[in-house]
Amino acid sequence: MNDRKLGRGVALVGAGMSRFGAFPGKSTRDLLAEAYRDMIASVDRGLDPNDIDGLYIGNFSSELFEGQGHTAPIMADWLGLAHRPATRVEDACASGGAALREGVIAIASGIYDVALVGGIEKMTNLSIQRVTDALATAGDELFEIPSGFTFPAFYATMATAYLARYEAAKGKSGTDALLAVGMKNHENGKLNPKAHFAMSICDVIESKKAAAAKKGNLVPTWSTEIDFLMDERANPMVAWPLRLFDCSPVSDGAACLLLVREDLASSFTNAPLHIIGTGQASDGPLHSRTDITTMSSARAAAQQAYTLARVDPADISVAEVHDCFTIAEIIATEDLGFFERGKGGTAAIEGRTALHGTRPVNTSGGLKSKGHPVGATGAAQVVEIWKQLRGEAGPRQAQGALHLGLTHNTGGTGQTTIVHIFERRT
Amino acid sequence: MPDTLITTETYSAKLNAHQLVGSRAVSGGQIFVPPRPIDPQHVTSEMEMIELSGKGTLVSFSIVPVASTEMIAAGYGRDNPHCVGIVRLDEGPSVSAQIIGVDVSRPDSIELGMQMQAEFIERTIGDVTKTILAFRPA
Repeated sequence: MNDRKLGRGVALVGAGMSRFGAFPGKSTRDLLAEAYRDMIASVDRGLDPNDIDGLYIGNFSSELFEGQGHTAPIMADWLGLAHRPATRVEDACASGGAALREGVIAIASGIYDVALVGGIEKMTNLSIQRVTDALATAGDELFEIPSGFTFPAFYATMATAYLARYEAAKGKSGTDALLAVGMKNHENGKLNPKAHFAMSICDVIESKKAAAAKKGNLVPTWSTEIDFLMDERANPMVAWPLRLFDCSPVSDGAACLLLVREDLASSFTNAPLHIIGTGQASDGPLHSRTDITTMSSARAAAQQAYTLARVDPADISVAEVHDCFTIAEIIATEDLGFFERGKGGTAAIEGRTALHGTRPVNTSGGLKSKGHPVGATGAAQVVEIWKQLRGEAGPRQAQGALHLGLTHNTGGTGQTTIVHIFERRT
Repeated sequence: MPDTLITTETYSAKLNAHQLVGSRAVSGGQIFVPPRPIDPQHVTSEMEMIELSGKGTLVSFSIVPVASTEMIAAGYGRDNPHCVGIVRLDEGPSVSAQIIGVDVSRPDSIELGMQMQAEFIERTIGDVTKTILAFRPA
């Protein structure tokens, strides 16, 4: 494995996304067209669509969410890119990352010079109960789901094991590390105009108070954010010990990336990102693992990407990790080698992963605040790394000389993890 | 010759007969639940079906107020949350299961590592009855 390398270098020369949120009436076509336009606007020297050789579209389940299969050619046609090869890529919530990896492999192989990578999901047509059912199909329908597992329950089961083993993560509330991740990601998401919930927890508290006052109800009082987050009525339990604000929202959205053969990059921009590491691994269902406080697929995918890129975890300046639930971010920061096993929770409590901490994680607001249209997520993570490494992240710009960024995209409970590493050369 | 009876169909049929079965690699002895037809380590090794004792320990769990459509149809939900968990069987492998006979209103009373015993629940939804694997504290 150690001597593997990309056949040809691959560069990212454009990245864009739709707003994430709940958009009644909008279809994935509308969302992807919005993301495509945003991507085109990001290509410094412009894009001739005739140069696009093929498309990879990440999407979890347009069948269940929209009643639409065979989605990729429909998307290609809608973008005015008919006749090109267009393939849908599905690995549950890692579908966007999987589409990116297929694009990288296609260019590295010499088959394509220019590839469009998309990610799409339109989730809010269904009731929460039906969304719960649809997401559960990413679990094992034979050996997990009949027990009564939901997706929050899988991650809650990981959280139960993690908090029992690493008691320092519990803090005063019993779940301090989880609350810290949620608060931090909402602080970051507040600065992201594309985010589904661009509000801090304090903003949420103020809006709840204002809503109560407007209705003439008793205005609730919460002395601190943790006070609010531990209030069962304000923040109900979804799957003990995970509450509503531990869970990423059900969102609509799309993202779009433009990959090119490295030696063509300068005709698109003088500030490309070079995709120097890619890794992917899979695993069995949660119960089959010897340790559920870590994901072996994430450790394997990260190792592949670090080895290919010839970098170490300590070299990574900014990372977008798959915080579908707060516990997932903590485990991810350990699996990626940012913190030792059992230290990810306390690192979050200490603010080390905050925007201006030593190791900024999820400056976009993460899935928690930015939103999680599942098939779009892996591609949207790359949009944030594109902005951060090019110094275009505005009020949420991480400080210092940023050279390397990383994305970590998980499918299911870690049955799939995909890691990519991006380099900005100056 | 591989045991052609090692299928998901056989597992479900045994479960419906209130038996928990797995498979064992004839050469290496490793045990798998649900029963795997192919030994990941020795692809040419034969596998044989075995019955499990149903005894194990609780690895971890969650209590679920926001339930799936199927669990709501079975009477669970916000007002009657159910417990799910992972149980490590005495024979080695672990399984997902509903956890019954615990106080779901007091999660702190549910201890990781406690001894569990398998139980088989008959669940009818619409006109289909199937058997669900559950565990209760032994």
